[in-house]
Amino acid sequence: MNNAIVVSNLHVSYYGKEVLQNIGFTISEGKSVGIIGPNGAGKSTLLKALLNLIPKDKGEITILGSELKEVRKRIAYVPQRSTIDWDFPITVKDTVLIGTYPTIGLLRRPGRLEKELALKCLEKVDMTEFQNRQIGELSGGQQQRVFLARALAQQADLFLLDEPFVGIDATSEEMIVKILKELRDVGKTIIVVHHDLNKAEKYFDELLLLNKELIAKGSVKEVFTPKTIASAYGGQLSFLDEVMAK
Amino acid sequence: MIHFIEAVMQYGFLQKALITSVMVGVISGVIGCFIILRGMALMGDAISHAVLPGVAISFMLGINFFIGAVITGILTAVGIGFINQNSRVKNDSAIGIMFTAAFAAGIILITFLKSSTDLYHILFGNVLAVRPSDMWMTLIVGVFVLVSVFIFYKELLVSSFDPIMSQAYGLPTKMIHYFLMILLTLVTVASLQTVGIILVVAMLITPASTAYLLTDRLSVMIGISATCGTISAIIGLYLSFTYNLASGATIVLVATALFFTAFIFSPKQGLLWRSIRTNKQKSAVS
Ligand SMILES: Nc1ncnc2c1ncn2[C@@H]1O[C@H](COP(=O)(O)OP(=O)(O)O)[C@@H](O)[C@H]1O
Ligand SMILES: [Mg+2]
Repeated sequence: MNNAIVVSNLHVSYYGKEVLQNIGFTISEGKSVGIIGPNGAGKSTLLKALLNLIPKDKGEITILGSELKEVRKRIAYVPQRSTIDWDFPITVKDTVLIGTYPTIGLLRRPGRLEKELALKCLEKVDMTEFQNRQIGELSGGQQQRVFLARALAQQADLFLLDEPFVGIDATSEEMIVKILKELRDVGKTIIVVHHDLNKAEKYFDELLLLNKELIAKGSVKEVFTPKTIASAYGGQLSFLDEVMAK
Repeated sequence: MIHFIEAVMQYGFLQKALITSVMVGVISGVIGCFIILRGMALMGDAISHAVLPGVAISFMLGINFFIGAVITGILTAVGIGFINQNSRVKNDSAIGIMFTAAFAAGIILITFLKSSTDLYHILFGNVLAVRPSDMWMTLIVGVFVLVSVFIFYKELLVSSFDPIMSQAYGLPTKMIHYFLMILLTLVTVASLQTVGIILVVAMLITPASTAYLLTDRLSVMIGISATCGTISAIIGLYLSFTYNLASGATIVLVATALFFTAFIFSPKQGLLWRSIRTNKQKSAVS
Protein backbone atom coordinates (compact mmCIF):
# COMPACT_ATOMS: atom_id res chain seq x y z
CA MET A 1 0.00 0.00 0.00
CA ASN A 2 1.22 3.52 -0.83
CA ASN A 3 1.61 6.22 1.73
CA ALA A 4 -0.73 9.20 1.54
CA ILE A 5 1.24 11.27 4.01
CA VAL A 6 4.72 10.90 5.42
CA VAL A 7 5.82 13.44 7.99
CA SER A 8 9.11 13.40 9.80
CA ASN A 9 10.69 15.63 12.36
CA LEU A 10 8.16 18.44 11.86
CA HIS A 11 8.49 21.60 13.94
CA VAL A 12 6.15 24.58 13.63
CA SER A 13 6.05 27.79 15.65
CA TYR A 14 4.14 31.08 15.68
CA TYR A 15 6.56 33.95 16.25
CA GLY A 16 8.99 31.78 18.17
CA LYS A 17 6.36 30.00 20.25
CA GLU A 18 6.63 26.34 19.38
CA VAL A 19 3.24 24.77 18.67
CA LEU A 20 4.26 21.48 17.07
CA GLN A 21 7.33 19.66 18.22
CA ASN A 22 9.11 16.85 16.46
CA ILE A 23 6.05 15.33 14.80
CA GLY A 24 6.54 12.22 12.70
CA PHE A 25 3.98 9.78 11.32
CA THR A 26 2.88 7.90 8.25
CA ILE A 27 -0.65 7.53 6.94
CA SER A 28 -1.42 4.90 4.31
CA GLU A 29 -3.69 5.58 1.39
CA GLY A 30 -7.29 4.51 1.86
CA LYS A 31 -7.42 5.04 5.60
CA SER A 32 -9.60 7.34 7.61
CA VAL A 33 -7.67 8.94 10.41
CA GLY A 34 -8.82 11.13 13.28
CA ILE A 35 -6.52 13.76 14.70
CA ILE A 36 -7.56 14.26 18.29
CA GLY A 37 -6.28 16.29 21.18
CA PRO A 38 -7.39 19.08 23.52
CA ASN A 39 -8.05 22.67 22.48
CA GLY A 40 -4.89 24.44 21.42
CA ALA A 41 -3.06 21.15 20.88
CA GLY A 42 -1.99 22.22 17.41
CA LYS A 43 -4.42 20.10 15.37
CA SER A 44 -5.44 22.89 12.99
CA THR A 45 -1.82 23.96 12.80
CA LEU A 46 -0.84 20.46 11.73
CA LEU A 47 -3.33 20.50 8.85
CA LYS A 48 -2.14 23.95 7.80
CA ALA A 49 1.47 22.83 7.94
CA LEU A 50 0.65 19.84 5.74
CA LEU A 51 -0.77 22.28 3.19
CA ASN A 52 2.09 24.73 3.64
CA LEU A 53 -0.40 27.42 4.65
CA ILE A 54 2.01 28.30 7.44
CA PRO A 55 5.79 27.94 7.20
CA LYS A 56 7.50 25.12 9.07
CA ASP A 57 10.71 25.54 11.04
CA LYS A 58 11.99 22.11 10.14
CA GLY A 59 10.86 18.74 8.85
CA GLU A 60 9.97 16.73 5.78
CA ILE A 61 6.48 16.32 4.40
CA THR A 62 5.60 14.05 1.50
CA ILE A 63 2.03 13.94 0.25
CA LEU A 64 0.65 11.32 -2.14
CA GLY A 65 4.24 10.34 -2.90
CA SER A 66 5.35 13.79 -4.06
CA GLU A 67 6.12 17.28 -3.00
CA LEU A 68 3.06 19.28 -2.00
CA LYS A 69 3.10 21.62 -4.97
CA GLU A 70 2.81 18.70 -7.38
CA VAL A 71 -0.33 17.40 -5.70
CA ARG A 72 -2.18 20.47 -4.40
CA LYS A 73 -5.06 19.90 -6.78
CA ARG A 74 -5.59 16.35 -5.50
CA ILE A 75 -6.27 17.60 -1.99
CA ALA A 76 -9.59 18.91 -0.69
CA TYR A 77 -9.43 20.99 2.47
CA VAL A 78 -12.46 22.01 4.50
CA PRO A 79 -11.42 24.73 6.96
CA GLN A 80 -12.97 25.21 10.39
CA ARG A 81 -16.45 26.70 10.04
CA SER A 82 -15.50 29.79 12.02
CA THR A 83 -13.15 30.95 9.26
CA ILE A 84 -15.93 31.43 6.69
CA ASP A 85 -17.79 34.72 6.11
CA TRP A 86 -21.37 33.46 6.19
CA ASP A 87 -22.75 36.81 4.98
CA PHE A 88 -20.86 36.57 1.69
CA PRO A 89 -23.20 37.05 -1.30
CA ILE A 90 -22.99 33.52 -2.61
CA THR A 91 -25.57 30.78 -3.00
CA VAL A 92 -25.27 27.15 -1.96
CA LYS A 93 -24.97 26.04 -5.58
CA ASP A 94 -22.18 28.50 -6.38
CA THR A 95 -20.32 27.53 -3.22
CA VAL A 96 -20.19 23.93 -4.36
CA LEU A 97 -19.22 25.03 -7.86
CA ILE A 98 -16.07 26.57 -6.37
CA GLY A 99 -14.93 23.01 -5.77
CA THR A 100 -14.38 22.70 -9.52
CA TYR A 101 -12.20 25.84 -9.74
CA PRO A 102 -8.84 24.17 -8.97
CA THR A 103 -9.06 21.86 -11.96
CA ILE A 104 -10.55 24.19 -14.57
CA GLY A 105 -7.57 26.53 -14.31
CA LEU A 106 -6.99 30.18 -15.07
CA LEU A 107 -9.07 32.16 -17.59
CA ARG A 108 -11.78 29.54 -17.88
CA ARG A 109 -15.28 29.60 -16.41
CA PRO A 110 -17.13 26.62 -15.04
CA GLY A 111 -19.27 25.18 -17.83
CA ARG A 112 -22.11 22.70 -18.13
CA LEU A 113 -20.03 19.71 -16.97
CA GLU A 114 -18.86 21.53 -13.86
CA LYS A 115 -22.37 22.66 -13.03
CA GLU A 116 -23.69 19.12 -13.37
CA LEU A 117 -20.93 17.83 -11.11
CA ALA A 118 -21.75 20.48 -8.50
CA LEU A 119 -25.44 19.52 -8.56
CA LYS A 120 -24.55 15.86 -8.20
CA CYS A 121 -22.43 16.62 -5.16
CA LEU A 122 -25.24 18.69 -3.65
CA GLU A 123 -27.58 15.78 -4.14
CA LYS A 124 -25.13 13.51 -2.34
CA VAL A 125 -25.40 15.62 0.82
CA ASP A 126 -29.16 15.98 0.34
CA MET A 127 -29.08 19.74 -0.08
CA THR A 128 -30.55 20.06 -3.58
CA GLU A 129 -33.66 21.87 -2.39
CA PHE A 130 -31.51 24.58 -0.80
CA GLN A 131 -29.37 25.23 -3.86
CA ASN A 132 -30.48 28.82 -4.36
CA ARG A 133 -30.27 29.85 -0.71
CA GLN A 134 -27.60 32.21 0.50
CA ILE A 135 -25.16 30.15 2.60
CA GLY A 136 -25.82 32.10 5.80
CA GLU A 137 -29.46 31.02 5.74
CA LEU A 138 -28.67 27.42 6.64
CA SER A 139 -28.25 25.58 9.90
CA GLY A 140 -24.75 24.66 11.04
CA GLY A 141 -25.17 21.08 9.90
CA GLN A 142 -26.46 22.13 6.50
CA GLN A 143 -23.54 24.51 6.08
CA GLN A 144 -21.10 21.75 6.86
CA ARG A 145 -22.79 19.50 4.33
CA VAL A 146 -22.47 22.18 1.66
CA PHE A 147 -18.76 22.44 2.34
CA LEU A 148 -18.44 18.68 2.18
CA ALA A 149 -20.20 18.83 -1.19
CA ARG A 150 -17.67 21.41 -2.31
CA ALA A 151 -14.86 19.07 -1.25
CA LEU A 152 -16.54 16.25 -3.19
CA ALA A 153 -16.65 18.48 -6.27
CA GLN A 154 -12.89 18.79 -6.02
CA GLN A 155 -12.70 15.06 -6.85
CA ALA A 156 -9.67 14.84 -4.62
CA ASP A 157 -7.70 11.82 -3.41
CA LEU A 158 -6.93 13.26 -0.01
CA PHE A 159 -9.52 14.98 2.18
CA LEU A 160 -8.58 17.15 5.14
CA LEU A 161 -11.44 18.33 7.36
CA ASP A 162 -11.01 20.58 10.36
CA GLU A 163 -13.60 19.99 13.10
CA PRO A 164 -16.48 19.16 10.76
CA PHE A 165 -18.70 17.92 13.58
CA VAL A 166 -18.64 21.02 15.77
CA GLY A 167 -22.06 22.60 16.27
CA ILE A 168 -23.98 20.39 13.89
CA ASP A 169 -27.08 18.22 14.25
CA ALA A 170 -27.05 14.44 14.58
CA THR A 171 -28.54 13.80 11.12
CA SER A 172 -25.88 15.89 9.40
CA GLU A 173 -23.16 14.22 11.43
CA GLU A 174 -24.39 10.77 10.46
CA MET A 175 -24.58 11.75 6.82
CA ILE A 176 -21.07 13.19 6.80
CA VAL A 177 -19.67 10.13 8.52
CA LYS A 178 -21.39 7.89 6.00
CA ILE A 179 -20.03 9.84 3.02
CA LEU A 180 -16.53 9.86 4.46
CA LYS A 181 -16.71 6.10 4.91
CA GLU A 182 -17.80 5.67 1.29
CA LEU A 183 -14.88 7.78 0.15
CA ARG A 184 -12.53 5.72 2.25
CA ASP A 185 -13.98 2.53 0.76
CA VAL A 186 -13.11 3.65 -2.76
CA GLY A 187 -9.52 4.28 -1.72
CA LYS A 188 -9.52 7.94 -0.74
CA THR A 189 -7.59 9.04 2.32
CA ILE A 190 -9.57 10.95 4.94
CA ILE A 191 -8.07 13.02 7.73
CA VAL A 192 -10.42 14.63 10.21
CA VAL A 193 -9.60 16.88 13.14
CA HIS A 194 -11.88 16.00 16.00
CA HIS A 195 -11.49 17.54 19.42
CA ASP A 196 -13.42 15.15 21.57
CA LEU A 197 -12.95 11.48 22.08
CA ASN A 198 -16.58 10.65 21.73
CA LYS A 199 -17.35 8.31 18.86
CA ALA A 200 -13.75 8.51 17.63
CA GLU A 201 -13.72 4.74 17.82
CA LYS A 202 -16.68 4.39 15.49
CA TYR A 203 -15.57 7.02 13.03
CA PHE A 204 -11.92 6.32 12.26
CA ASP A 205 -9.58 3.48 11.36
CA GLU A 206 -6.68 5.11 13.10
CA LEU A 207 -6.07 7.95 15.49
CA LEU A 208 -3.33 10.48 15.98
CA LEU A 209 -3.31 11.80 19.53
CA LEU A 210 -1.70 15.19 19.61
CA ASN A 211 -0.74 17.73 22.20
CA LYS A 212 2.12 19.79 20.85
CA GLU A 213 3.94 16.47 20.43
CA LEU A 214 2.61 13.31 18.90
CA ILE A 215 1.51 11.34 21.94
CA ALA A 216 0.28 8.19 20.26
CA LYS A 217 -0.67 6.89 16.86
CA GLY A 218 -2.26 3.67 15.79
CA SER A 219 -5.50 1.81 15.96
CA VAL A 220 -8.14 3.17 18.28
CA LYS A 221 -7.36 0.51 20.91
CA GLU A 222 -3.67 1.28 20.87
CA VAL A 223 -4.25 4.98 21.30
CA PHE A 224 -6.96 4.89 23.92
CA THR A 225 -4.99 3.88 26.96
CA PRO A 226 -5.37 5.75 30.21
CA LYS A 227 -1.71 6.67 30.08
CA THR A 228 -1.77 8.27 26.64
CA ILE A 229 -5.04 10.04 27.26
CA ALA A 230 -3.83 11.39 30.57
CA SER A 231 -0.69 12.77 28.98
CA ALA A 232 -2.66 14.41 26.16
CA TYR A 233 -5.54 15.81 28.14
CA GLY A 234 -3.68 16.33 31.41
CA GLY A 235 -5.98 17.71 34.04
CA GLN A 236 -9.15 17.51 31.96
CA LEU A 237 -10.59 14.74 34.07
CA SER A 238 -13.95 14.49 32.39
CA PHE A 239 -12.27 13.10 29.31
CA LEU A 240 -10.32 10.65 31.39
CA ASP A 241 -13.47 9.39 33.05
CA GLU A 242 -15.08 8.98 29.69
CA VAL A 243 -12.31 6.73 28.46
CA MET A 244 -12.00 4.79 31.68
CA ALA A 245 -15.67 4.00 31.45
CA LYS A 246 -15.18 2.25 28.12
CA MET B 1 -33.60 68.45 -16.38
CA ILE B 2 -34.31 69.46 -19.99
CA HIS B 3 -32.05 72.43 -19.44
CA PHE B 4 -29.30 70.10 -18.20
CA ILE B 5 -29.62 67.80 -21.22
CA GLU B 6 -29.45 70.78 -23.54
CA ALA B 7 -26.40 72.05 -21.72
CA VAL B 8 -24.72 68.63 -22.03
CA MET B 9 -25.38 68.66 -25.78
CA GLN B 10 -24.01 72.13 -26.06
CA TYR B 11 -20.95 72.29 -23.83
CA GLY B 12 -17.87 70.13 -24.33
CA PHE B 13 -16.74 70.55 -20.72
CA LEU B 14 -20.02 69.12 -19.49
CA GLN B 15 -19.80 66.13 -21.83
CA LYS B 16 -16.30 65.35 -20.59
CA ALA B 17 -17.47 65.75 -17.01
CA LEU B 18 -20.37 63.40 -17.59
CA ILE B 19 -18.32 60.72 -19.37
CA THR B 20 -15.58 60.87 -16.75
CA SER B 21 -17.87 60.69 -13.76
CA VAL B 22 -19.95 57.86 -15.23
CA MET B 23 -16.79 55.83 -15.85
CA VAL B 24 -15.64 56.56 -12.31
CA GLY B 25 -19.04 55.53 -10.98
CA VAL B 26 -18.85 52.22 -12.82
CA ILE B 27 -15.29 51.22 -11.92
CA SER B 28 -15.41 52.34 -8.31
CA GLY B 29 -18.69 50.45 -7.99
CA VAL B 30 -17.08 47.28 -9.37
CA ILE B 31 -13.84 47.42 -7.38
CA GLY B 32 -15.74 48.58 -4.31
CA CYS B 33 -17.58 45.23 -4.14
CA PHE B 34 -14.33 43.36 -3.63
CA ILE B 35 -13.07 45.98 -1.21
CA ILE B 36 -16.06 45.72 1.12
CA LEU B 37 -16.33 41.92 0.88
CA ARG B 38 -12.69 41.59 1.89
CA GLY B 39 -13.27 43.92 4.84
CA MET B 40 -10.89 46.46 3.33
CA ALA B 41 -12.99 49.65 3.43
CA LEU B 42 -10.32 51.33 5.51
CA MET B 43 -7.70 50.19 3.03
CA GLY B 44 -9.64 52.00 0.30
CA ASP B 45 -9.50 55.18 2.36
CA ALA B 46 -5.80 54.65 2.98
CA ILE B 47 -4.83 54.15 -0.65
CA SER B 48 -6.85 57.16 -1.74
CA HIS B 49 -4.92 59.38 0.67
CA ALA B 50 -1.62 57.72 -0.11
CA VAL B 51 -1.70 58.74 -3.76
CA LEU B 52 -1.26 62.40 -2.78
CA PRO B 53 2.56 62.42 -2.57
CA GLY B 54 2.71 60.50 -5.83
CA VAL B 55 0.52 63.04 -7.55
CA ALA B 56 2.66 65.87 -6.17
CA ILE B 57 5.92 64.28 -7.31
CA SER B 58 4.44 63.63 -10.76
CA PHE B 59 3.51 67.30 -11.08
CA MET B 60 7.04 68.30 -10.09
CA LEU B 61 8.64 65.93 -12.57
CA GLY B 62 6.11 66.81 -15.22
CA ILE B 63 5.07 63.18 -15.75
CA ASN B 64 1.55 61.77 -15.90
CA PHE B 65 0.19 61.71 -12.38
CA PHE B 66 -1.05 58.13 -12.70
CA ILE B 67 2.54 56.91 -12.56
CA GLY B 68 3.50 58.61 -9.32
CA ALA B 69 0.16 57.82 -7.74
CA VAL B 70 0.36 54.10 -8.47
CA ILE B 71 3.87 53.96 -7.04
CA THR B 72 3.06 55.65 -3.72
CA GLY B 73 -0.26 53.81 -3.50
CA ILE B 74 1.40 50.44 -3.84
CA LEU B 75 4.30 51.35 -1.54
CA THR B 76 1.78 52.25 1.13
CA ALA B 77 -0.13 48.99 0.65
CA VAL B 78 3.13 47.05 0.96
CA GLY B 79 4.12 49.09 4.03
CA ILE B 80 0.80 48.34 5.71
CA GLY B 81 1.17 44.63 5.00
CA PHE B 82 4.73 44.66 6.30
CA ILE B 83 3.90 46.35 9.62
CA ASN B 84 0.88 44.13 10.00
CA GLN B 85 2.79 40.89 9.50
CA ASN B 86 5.87 41.85 11.49
CA SER B 87 4.45 43.33 14.66
CA ARG B 88 1.51 43.00 16.98
CA VAL B 89 0.11 46.30 15.69
CA LYS B 90 -3.42 45.63 14.49
CA ASN B 91 -4.35 46.01 10.85
CA ASP B 92 -6.47 49.15 11.26
CA SER B 93 -3.71 50.86 13.24
CA ALA B 94 -1.10 49.90 10.64
CA ILE B 95 -3.34 51.39 7.97
CA GLY B 96 -3.83 54.58 10.00
CA ILE B 97 -0.11 55.03 10.60
CA MET B 98 0.91 54.55 7.00
CA PHE B 99 -1.71 56.55 5.20
CA THR B 100 -1.55 59.60 7.43
CA ALA B 101 2.23 59.57 6.97
CA ALA B 102 1.88 59.41 3.19
CA PHE B 103 -0.82 62.08 3.22
CA ALA B 104 1.27 64.40 5.41
CA ALA B 105 4.26 63.95 3.11
CA GLY B 106 1.96 64.73 0.20
CA ILE B 107 0.74 67.98 1.75
CA ILE B 108 4.31 69.15 2.29
CA LEU B 109 5.26 68.25 -1.28
CA ILE B 110 2.21 70.03 -2.65
CA THR B 111 3.18 73.26 -0.90
CA PHE B 112 6.27 73.29 -3.09
CA LEU B 113 4.02 73.45 -6.13
CA LYS B 114 3.18 76.87 -7.49
CA SER B 115 -0.54 77.17 -6.96
CA SER B 116 -2.64 76.19 -3.99
CA THR B 117 -5.71 75.65 -6.18
CA ASP B 118 -4.11 72.38 -7.33
CA LEU B 119 -4.24 71.02 -3.80
CA TYR B 120 -7.83 72.11 -3.42
CA HIS B 121 -8.81 70.34 -6.64
CA ILE B 122 -6.96 67.18 -5.76
CA LEU B 123 -8.57 67.07 -2.33
CA PHE B 124 -12.10 67.88 -3.41
CA GLY B 125 -12.25 67.21 -7.14
CA ASN B 126 -13.41 69.51 -9.88
CA VAL B 127 -15.10 67.50 -12.53
CA LEU B 128 -16.17 70.51 -14.57
CA ALA B 129 -12.49 71.24 -15.26
CA VAL B 130 -11.67 67.79 -16.67
CA ARG B 131 -9.25 68.07 -19.60
CA PRO B 132 -9.57 65.80 -22.65
CA SER B 133 -6.33 64.00 -21.67
CA ASP B 134 -7.75 63.27 -18.21
CA MET B 135 -10.93 61.93 -19.71
CA TRP B 136 -9.04 59.58 -22.01
CA MET B 137 -6.82 58.42 -19.17
CA THR B 138 -9.91 57.66 -17.09
CA LEU B 139 -11.44 55.71 -19.95
CA ILE B 140 -8.27 53.67 -20.49
CA VAL B 141 -7.95 52.95 -16.78
CA GLY B 142 -11.63 52.05 -16.66
CA VAL B 143 -11.36 49.57 -19.50
CA PHE B 144 -8.25 48.02 -17.96
CA VAL B 145 -9.96 47.63 -14.57
CA LEU B 146 -13.12 46.14 -16.07
CA VAL B 147 -11.23 43.71 -18.30
CA SER B 148 -9.05 42.62 -15.36
CA VAL B 149 -12.07 41.93 -13.19
CA PHE B 150 -13.76 40.04 -16.02
CA ILE B 151 -10.71 37.87 -16.71
CA PHE B 152 -9.91 37.10 -13.07
CA TYR B 153 -13.49 37.07 -11.78
CA LYS B 154 -13.30 33.46 -10.63
CA GLU B 155 -10.04 34.00 -8.76
CA LEU B 156 -11.23 37.24 -7.18
CA LEU B 157 -14.44 35.54 -6.07
CA VAL B 158 -12.84 32.52 -4.45
CA SER B 159 -9.97 34.41 -2.82
CA SER B 160 -12.41 36.91 -1.32
CA PHE B 161 -14.83 34.26 -0.12
CA ASP B 162 -12.45 31.58 1.14
CA PRO B 163 -8.82 32.73 1.12
CA ILE B 164 -7.68 29.65 3.02
CA MET B 165 -9.13 27.21 0.51
CA SER B 166 -7.74 29.31 -2.35
CA GLN B 167 -4.28 29.17 -0.86
CA ALA B 168 -4.65 25.47 -0.18
CA TYR B 169 -5.29 24.68 -3.81
CA GLY B 170 -2.40 26.85 -4.91
CA LEU B 171 -3.81 30.28 -5.83
CA PRO B 172 -1.22 33.03 -5.27
CA THR B 173 -3.45 34.90 -2.80
CA LYS B 174 -0.77 37.46 -1.90
CA MET B 175 -0.31 38.34 -5.54
CA ILE B 176 -4.07 38.67 -5.98
CA HIS B 177 -4.15 41.01 -2.98
CA TYR B 178 -1.49 43.29 -4.45
CA PHE B 179 -3.08 43.15 -7.88
CA LEU B 180 -6.31 44.34 -6.29
CA MET B 181 -4.33 47.11 -4.58
CA ILE B 182 -3.03 48.20 -7.99
CA LEU B 183 -6.57 48.26 -9.39
CA LEU B 184 -7.72 50.16 -6.31
CA THR B 185 -4.97 52.74 -6.80
CA LEU B 186 -5.89 53.16 -10.46
CA VAL B 187 -9.55 53.65 -9.61
CA THR B 188 -8.63 56.14 -6.91
CA VAL B 189 -6.50 58.21 -9.23
CA ALA B 190 -9.18 58.11 -11.89
CA SER B 191 -11.64 59.41 -9.29
CA LEU B 192 -9.45 62.29 -8.14
CA GLN B 193 -10.95 64.77 -10.57
CA THR B 194 -14.51 63.68 -10.01
CA VAL B 195 -14.82 63.45 -6.25
CA GLY B 196 -11.35 64.22 -4.92
CA ILE B 197 -9.11 62.28 -2.54
CA ILE B 198 -11.17 62.89 0.58
CA LEU B 199 -14.38 61.45 -0.82
CA VAL B 200 -13.07 58.66 -3.07
CA VAL B 201 -13.72 56.09 -0.39
CA ALA B 202 -17.42 56.95 -0.51
CA MET B 203 -17.61 55.98 -4.19
CA LEU B 204 -15.88 52.70 -3.32
CA ILE B 205 -17.96 51.60 -0.38
CA THR B 206 -21.35 53.33 -0.59
CA PRO B 207 -22.66 51.92 -3.93
CA ALA B 208 -21.14 48.51 -3.11
CA SER B 209 -22.82 48.48 0.29
CA THR B 210 -26.11 49.46 -1.30
CA ALA B 211 -25.79 46.51 -3.68
CA TYR B 212 -24.79 44.23 -0.80
CA LEU B 213 -28.17 44.90 0.79
CA LEU B 214 -30.04 44.02 -2.39
CA THR B 215 -28.71 40.65 -3.56
CA ASP B 216 -27.17 37.33 -2.58
CA ARG B 217 -25.02 36.88 -5.67
CA LEU B 218 -21.68 38.50 -6.28
CA SER B 219 -22.18 38.97 -10.02
CA VAL B 220 -25.51 40.72 -9.45
CA MET B 221 -24.00 42.76 -6.65
CA ILE B 222 -21.30 44.05 -8.99
CA GLY B 223 -23.95 45.03 -11.56
CA ILE B 224 -26.12 46.85 -9.02
CA SER B 225 -23.11 48.57 -7.50
CA ALA B 226 -21.90 49.84 -10.88
CA THR B 227 -25.43 51.03 -11.65
CA CYS B 228 -25.68 52.90 -8.34
CA GLY B 229 -22.29 54.49 -9.04
CA THR B 230 -23.50 55.59 -12.46
CA ILE B 231 -26.81 56.96 -11.22
CA SER B 232 -25.03 58.87 -8.46
CA ALA B 233 -22.62 60.34 -10.99
CA ILE B 234 -25.36 61.48 -13.38
CA ILE B 235 -27.81 62.84 -10.82
CA GLY B 236 -24.98 64.34 -8.77
CA LEU B 237 -23.58 66.11 -11.77
CA TYR B 238 -27.03 67.36 -12.72
CA LEU B 239 -27.68 68.79 -9.24
CA SER B 240 -24.20 70.20 -9.05
CA PHE B 241 -24.59 71.95 -12.41
CA THR B 242 -28.12 73.19 -11.83
CA TYR B 243 -27.69 74.50 -8.29
CA ASN B 244 -24.00 75.31 -8.50
CA LEU B 245 -22.92 72.84 -5.79
CA ALA B 246 -19.54 71.16 -5.30
CA SER B 247 -19.64 68.25 -7.76
CA GLY B 248 -17.82 65.59 -5.69
CA ALA B 249 -19.82 66.23 -2.57
CA THR B 250 -23.10 66.20 -4.49
CA ILE B 251 -22.30 62.90 -6.20
CA VAL B 252 -21.42 61.36 -2.85
CA LEU B 253 -24.63 62.56 -1.22
CA VAL B 254 -26.71 61.05 -4.03
CA ALA B 255 -24.90 57.74 -3.48
CA THR B 256 -25.67 58.04 0.24
CA ALA B 257 -29.35 58.68 -0.49
CA LEU B 258 -29.45 55.50 -2.61
CA PHE B 259 -27.83 53.60 0.25
CA PHE B 260 -30.44 54.70 2.77
CA THR B 261 -33.22 53.89 0.34
CA ALA B 262 -31.90 50.32 0.14
CA PHE B 263 -31.27 50.26 3.86
CA ILE B 264 -34.94 50.95 4.52
CA PHE B 265 -36.69 49.35 1.55
CA SER B 266 -34.51 46.37 0.54
CA PRO B 267 -36.91 43.42 0.15
CA LYS B 268 -34.75 41.05 2.17
CA GLN B 269 -32.46 43.16 4.35
CA GLY B 270 -34.38 46.43 4.61
CA LEU B 271 -35.61 47.80 7.93
CA LEU B 272 -39.17 48.22 6.68
CA TRP B 273 -39.95 44.74 5.38
CA ARG B 274 -38.04 43.16 8.21
CA SER B 275 -40.17 44.81 10.83
CA ILE B 276 -43.35 44.12 8.84
CA ARG B 277 -42.44 40.42 8.61
CA THR B 278 -41.49 40.29 12.28
CA ASN B 279 -44.75 41.89 13.36
CA LYS B 280 -46.80 39.65 11.08
CA GLN B 281 -45.15 36.59 12.57
CA LYS B 282 -45.65 37.89 16.10
CA SER B 283 -49.35 38.51 15.57
CA ALA B 284 -49.72 35.13 13.84
CA VAL B 285 -48.51 33.27 16.91
CA SER B 286 -50.18 35.43 19.54
N1 LIG C 1 -2.11 32.68 13.93
C1 LIG C 1 -1.64 32.35 15.15
N2 LIG C 1 -0.76 33.15 15.78
C2 LIG C 1 -0.26 32.81 16.97
N3 LIG C 1 -0.57 31.71 17.66
C3 LIG C 1 -1.45 30.87 17.10
C4 LIG C 1 -2.03 31.13 15.81
N4 LIG C 1 -2.86 30.11 15.48
C5 LIG C 1 -2.81 29.27 16.52
N5 LIG C 1 -1.96 29.71 17.49
C6 LIG C 1 -1.64 29.01 18.74
O1 LIG C 1 -1.13 27.75 18.42
C7 LIG C 1 -1.63 26.76 19.30
C8 LIG C 1 -2.30 25.66 18.48
O2 LIG C 1 -3.43 26.18 17.82
P1 LIG C 1 -4.37 25.28 16.91
O3 LIG C 1 -3.53 24.55 15.94
O4 LIG C 1 -5.43 26.17 16.37
O5 LIG C 1 -4.99 24.28 17.97
P2 LIG C 1 -6.23 23.28 17.84
O6 LIG C 1 -6.72 23.32 16.45
O7 LIG C 1 -5.69 21.96 18.27
O8 LIG C 1 -7.25 23.76 18.83
C9 LIG C 1 -2.58 27.45 20.25
O9 LIG C 1 -1.88 27.66 21.46
C10 LIG C 1 -2.88 28.75 19.57
O10 LIG C 1 -3.09 29.75 20.52
MG1 LIG D 1 -8.48 23.98 15.62
